Amino acid sequence: MDVELIHIHKHFGEVHANDDVCVRFRSGTIHGLLGENGAGKSTLVKILSGYITHDSGDIALDGKLVSIQTPTDAIRHGIGMLHQDPLDFPSLTVLENFMAGGGGLWLHRREARRRLCEIASSLNFSLDPDAHVSELTVGERQQLEIVRLLALGVQVLILDEPTTGISAVQKEQLFAALRQLAADGRTIIFVSHKLEDVEALCDEVTVMRQGRVVGSAAIPCSPAQLVEMMFGKPLAPPIKPPTAREEIALELREALIRTNTFDLHVPHLAVRCGEVLGLAGLEGSGQQEFLAACSGLIPLRHGSLRLNGREMAHRPYHSFMRAGVCYLPADRLRDGLIGGLTIREHVALRAPTRSFFLDEPLNARLTMEAIRVFNIRGQPNTRVERLSGGNQQRTQLALMPNPLSVICMEHPTRGLDIESALWIWQLLIARCQQGTAILFASSDLDEITAYSDRVLVFSGGRVSEPLDAHRLTADVLGHMIGGKF
Amino acid sequence: MSGEQLLIVLSTAIAAATPLVFAVLGETLSERAGVINLSAEGTIMFCAMAGFAVALASGSVVVGFVIAALIGALAALVVGFCAITLRQSQIAVGFVLALLLSDLASFLGVPIVRVPGPTVPPLPLPLLSDVPLLGPLLFRKDALVYLSYIAIALTWLYLYRTRPGLTLRAIGEQPNAAFARGADVVRLRYLYVILGGALMGIAGAAFSLDFKAGWSHRHTGGYGWIALAIVIFGGWNPLRAALGAYLFGILQSLASVAQDQFQNVPTQVLTVAPFVLMIVLLVLTSAGWLDRLASYFPPATRRRLLQMLRTSPPAALGKPFEQD
Ligand SMILES: Nc1ncnc2c1ncn2[C@@H]1O[C@H](COP(=O)(O)OP(=O)(O)OP(=O)(O)O)[C@@H](O)[C@H]1O
Ligand SMILES: [Mg+2]
Repeated sequence: MDVELIHIHKHFGEVHANDDVCVRFRSGTIHGLLGENGAGKSTLVKILSGYITHDSGDIALDGKLVSIQTPTDAIRHGIGMLHQDPLDFPSLTVLENFMAGGGGLWLHRREARRRLCEIASSLNFSLDPDAHVSELTVGERQQLEIVRLLALGVQVLILDEPTTGISAVQKEQLFAALRQLAADGRTIIFVSHKLEDVEALCDEVTVMRQGRVVGSAAIPCSPAQLVEMMFGKPLAPPIKPPTAREEIALELREALIRTNTFDLHVPHLAVRCGEVLGLAGLEGSGQQEFLAACSGLIPLRHGSLRLNGREMAHRPYHSFMRAGVCYLPADRLRDGLIGGLTIREHVALRAPTRSFFLDEPLNARLTMEAIRVFNIRGQPNTRVERLSGGNQQRTQLALMPNPLSVICMEHPTRGLDIESALWIWQLLIARCQQGTAILFASSDLDEITAYSDRVLVFSGGRVSEPLDAHRLTADVLGHMIGGKF
Repeated sequence: MSGEQLLIVLSTAIAAATPLVFAVLGETLSERAGVINLSAEGTIMFCAMAGFAVALASGSVVVGFVIAALIGALAALVVGFCAITLRQSQIAVGFVLALLLSDLASFLGVPIVRVPGPTVPPLPLPLLSDVPLLGPLLFRKDALVYLSYIAIALTWLYLYRTRPGLTLRAIGEQPNAAFARGADVVRLRYLYVILGGALMGIAGAAFSLDFKAGWSHRHTGGYGWIALAIVIFGGWNPLRAALGAYLFGILQSLASVAQDQFQNVPTQVLTVAPFVLMIVLLVLTSAGWLDRLASYFPPATRRRLLQMLRTSPPAALGKPFEQD
């Protein structure tokens, strides 16, 4: 089915999220939608899927104008969407998720189970109907959503940043499935930040910037050209000079870290000041618990943990903080920032004073400075949950104390556009040059090999010896994550 | 305790628990949809008073129940309006209503205190009531009690076996996801909150027109709060919640037996005991204790065990739904 969006406008208060957007998605093709953070990509596809309503403009399917006001309208017209943050029910089973939302009175479990397995196997997905969704990986949850939407008979499938947080194997599976669906004549709309994904998968690409369409191209086309369209200027990746020093910042000996399903054993690990240690592995292989243990959020079961030579095992989190450890979680809004508070209130929480009353002039000055230095797109009084993902991450970084001896980060650039990611690494590298050790987990293997000095691979309940990153490529790492070390 | 005594205890327990069963089912529905109706204490008390007064005036028990259900629905509508439309604190409005309605019940109910009035007539079921043991225990009751059995079964069936029931669980879990699948979250939340309120109204009338047969000052004191606790104890599952209600009924009827046997124990102690025991049970099933229990097991079984025992509240419970 051909989809045409004609002069679409959408405002969120002051923000003009979609400004006169015209795009055409042709049937049987995979159409990429590229753009920086906050460009308005999600807004556009949410409009098409009926999740939000547009202010003005038209939607045409196969040349006929249609009215899409609710998700039900969209589904009726055969349009289905996979949201950026998975919209499913973690406490329900795969089968129940599959069935939720259809019509009729009774649940026909057997029939639904058969449909589920049939569609899943036609796409080479393997899903256990009785598993709880909370136990699935992001990739599997995505597969479930695709299967569900296909069962509803969608002809237009929208995927909003589907490659964030899934493994390399799952990405291959996803791409194969999408190619197959396009070959069957469906229209696939693929929203992404990642040039290499768009290059690998799409037939055409449309680029958005600040709410407008700024151009489109047929693939293949040069990445440099796309980057220029996205950001209005060429970008160069920061160079990471060797920053590791002699002194040891963090040392683990015979450490045992408890996770939900297994106990992780680290015989010996010494991270030097200024060193960057990358943690590779499938999500949920213990990286998160490892980082939490290193920053004092969960206690070691036994073993020793030294920070700058001082024994810290079983000390409370705030003594870790005083010792200069900072933890930046992946779920920024759940664990990192406080939803409902403004940027200025966050700054006030961290302000370097002990006075009882808030020093508003000081906070205002510090906030303006943070917004300027960290280039946060928002006002001092913007509530943090209203910021785009990239700006939330910038806010988190702006709140980091200085100096620090160890930074533990999960997915430092997840969901961020290339420019923001480069900018954040520039900042982190500057921290390394001051002697801060950085431990970070990422599912982006290129990020790991580009910035780490050494790499730990987490797989099958075990963690590898530290590996020299300069002798690793993303390919080799990919194999090791599969469990071959 | 002899077998006969035990039978009497259990039989009384069922009668005592019946109003509570309606209340916990109502609250379960409401909370499954994501709205805490904290007004239960007030709603039950007011509806006990009003249901009895109406039945007295009209001479019809049925009219009493209908009016009680309507009042319960109305109170729930107020909670729903504040919670769903105004997106205000559900706790605050529910709490205020709980206090307001129970005081209002005491105030307005003065003329009918201890006035004899109509009650639900007993209705032994033919055939079934002759079954040994179960017959006298379950089927020599009245229509309301049988209705409560049916309500438990229907609620469970609805939640776990029908598509609208699945949607109900969905809107309390992830309203955004439910919306994306075409559910009209706002309308459905109103529907279930009001339905839950109506059941709570019936629970109130069940106290005054059936179990306690009449109205006196603060007659149903504490039942609303215990119903809220039982819903949590029951893990938002109608079967488990009903079991919780029956357990509370058993504790109560044991307490009244104990009252006859230990004359020297102050009656207050025995009236309060079921409430205290219920709280203890709640603590034992709370997550912290389960975690401690589970930590004695090997990692592989730990997760399974926790999954089986732990019940988590609907993820969006108490949170307003905002659609951009
Ligand atoms: N519900 C909302 N309320 C207010 N502003 C919003 C809302 N949703 C989006 N915006 C704003 O609209 C703009 C476009 O947002 P959108 O989510 O479409 O960007 P995006 O291209 O998907 O970015 P990203 O790559 O970070 O996902 C941003 O400036 C964002 O802050
Ligand atoms: Mg987006």
